[in-house]
Amino acid sequence: MFIRQIFRDMRGQKLRSALTLFGIFWGTSALILLGAFGHGIHAHQVKQFHGLGENIVIMWPGRTSMTYQGLPKGRAIYLREEDVSLLKAQIPDLGPISIEYQNWGISLKRGKVILSSQIAGVSAEYGDMRNVIADWGGRFLNETDVNLRRRVCFIGNDLKNDLFGETDAVGQVVEVNGVPFTVVGVMVKKGQDSSYSGRDEDKLFMPYTTSAMMFGHTMADVVVFKAKSLDKHNDVKDQAYKVLGKKYKFDPLDKQALWMWDTAENMEFFSSFFWGFRIFLMMISFATLIVGGIGVANIMYVVVKERSREIGLKLALGAKKGFVLVQFLLETLFITFLGGATGFMFAMGIIRMFPSFDLEEYVGIPSISNVEAIASVSLLMLIGLAAGFFPARRAASLNPVQSLKM
Amino acid sequence: MIKMSGIRKAYNTGRIKVEALKGVDLEIGAGEFVSIVGPSGSGKSTLMNIAGCLDVPSDGGYELDGESVEKLNMSQLADIRNKKIGFVFQAFNLLPYATAFENVELPLIFGKVATKKRQDRVVELLGRVGLQDRLGHKPAELSGGEMQRVAIARALANNPKLLLADEPTGNLDSQSGKAIIDLFEELWKSGTTILMITHDFNVAKRTNRVVYLRDGLVVTKAADIAQGIKSWKHDRQFDTA
Ligand SMILES: Nc1ncnc2c1ncn2[C@@H]1O[C@H](COP(=O)(O)OP(=O)(O)O)[C@@H](O)[C@H]1O
Ligand SMILES: [Mg+2]
Repeated sequence: MFIRQIFRDMRGQKLRSALTLFGIFWGTSALILLGAFGHGIHAHQVKQFHGLGENIVIMWPGRTSMTYQGLPKGRAIYLREEDVSLLKAQIPDLGPISIEYQNWGISLKRGKVILSSQIAGVSAEYGDMRNVIADWGGRFLNETDVNLRRRVCFIGNDLKNDLFGETDAVGQVVEVNGVPFTVVGVMVKKGQDSSYSGRDEDKLFMPYTTSAMMFGHTMADVVVFKAKSLDKHNDVKDQAYKVLGKKYKFDPLDKQALWMWDTAENMEFFSSFFWGFRIFLMMISFATLIVGGIGVANIMYVVVKERSREIGLKLALGAKKGFVLVQFLLETLFITFLGGATGFMFAMGIIRMFPSFDLEEYVGIPSISNVEAIASVSLLMLIGLAAGFFPARRAASLNPVQSLKM
Repeated sequence: MIKMSGIRKAYNTGRIKVEALKGVDLEIGAGEFVSIVGPSGSGKSTLMNIAGCLDVPSDGGYELDGESVEKLNMSQLADIRNKKIGFVFQAFNLLPYATAFENVELPLIFGKVATKKRQDRVVELLGRVGLQDRLGHKPAELSGGEMQRVAIARALANNPKLLLADEPTGNLDSQSGKAIIDLFEELWKSGTTILMITHDFNVAKRTNRVVYLRDGLVVTKAADIAQGIKSWKHDRQFDTA
């Protein structure tokens, strides 16, 4: 009977109930969507940043800038294939390491398509380290490819599109300077906001052994390596200077004898930026919550104000304060819950469907943890309830005459 | 039925303190049909609201049906409003979204009357005020006179001993107003005590006692009453007194 009356009262006031419902629905979905997109953009930024590889060191040959053991400064230092084995042998904390030979302006031919591209000769360890990952159905170069100097290659996703278009590339042949190579994998599309030698999506990767044989390299263009764990990172860098300094006779403190670019250092440098970004996101979420909360509170407040005559009348007819309040509370609860739940589902639906809109390149993939979503929705509903309940309680605490006059 | 002594009521509106009632003594016996008259702002509605336990006096004693009302809490006052008093407002005060049936049902719901009994009672009440074929109509679909009759049916829902009406004909044409007063007379004859505010001489004429209020006090001096009534008869409206 009581519940029936609540529904009758709500049905009787369809427009008002619908508006309230919509307001809460809107506030809830806006809150969740904003939060989710904020997350998505953040994650996207981080991923872009790591496009080059996480916590890796990129080492170039350089020139000495200090005299050392009677040797003058200004001597060129080169890196060779055997230096990789030397570093591996001498530094126990060294993780993956790869030499990289770079070849520019190499002609590639597949069918009628001929184009000029950049080629990198690398080891099997290179792929994971540099976030060059094989797409479904393919693989990166492996040890056997390297040991047997196989004529196989791994190609960037953009290069694949230029050469093969929509057709499958794995197992197909590309001519490199007229020599046929079999494609073993295509790179998964990735974000990359920094590089030291062009974008990976445009490159062709082949075993460094094959590259050395074909193009006659003896000096590495770059050596890329990574420590086994992040806490050994700086240690490994120092050791690399020591080991190579000893071999090539330069001061281990001479940072110009070999250049090192360090994405871990960058990470540190940028972490304050990310921190700022996170605070910015938190502020946005908070502001949304406040705005949503104020919106919901306002709606409830207007509703109650509009209904205080009704409250006054019911009191005048002998309704108990508790009766009126419980009715109001249940009604508000029902509307805020329905609005919150539908808003929640609507927002989650959009988030689920988002990947099919093909926009993730720009804003990443929106995501929100259930805990976070439920917490913010609950908070919004709580605000709605409080905003509905307290004015109602005030109206119900007045004399019927006073509430009738409001 | 009603026994008021030294009733005062002050309103604090910001800095200004308005004293609407300045010590009203009023006694109304069971079975009386009394009209309250007086100029606008003289405190009639204030007095009526206090009589109906919708408001509490700032000072003074009020005994309703032998029970002192001052010491009662909100819940007990709600019970009194529900069971002992029927209130009819000038502006009808019907829930706009509810049907005539549902409006009349409200005091019965608040009085926790069982469903079947309640529904029979609503039908009976609406029949008594001549609206047996308007049960499902909403206020907007009813005339002013019909709305006021729904309000009267609602006021009578729990068989109150006392019916209070604040200008029940104030928003009605004279024809519908007369029908309402006819209904009141019928109720009075069947034993209900009625206290009614009115501006209309023809309405006041039909009650068996007139209480004249002026400046928050009941006027008792014969000369003043005579003066008031004289100008009232002249204008048919008491306000000019
Ligand atoms: N809620 C209120 N707040 C302040 N003043 C009020 C209030 N209600 C009535 N008054 C004042 O009290 C006086 C009596 O009002 P009322 O009882 O409504 O008179 P009547 O019904 O005789 O016209 C008036 O001066 C009115 O302005
Ligand atoms: Mg009045």
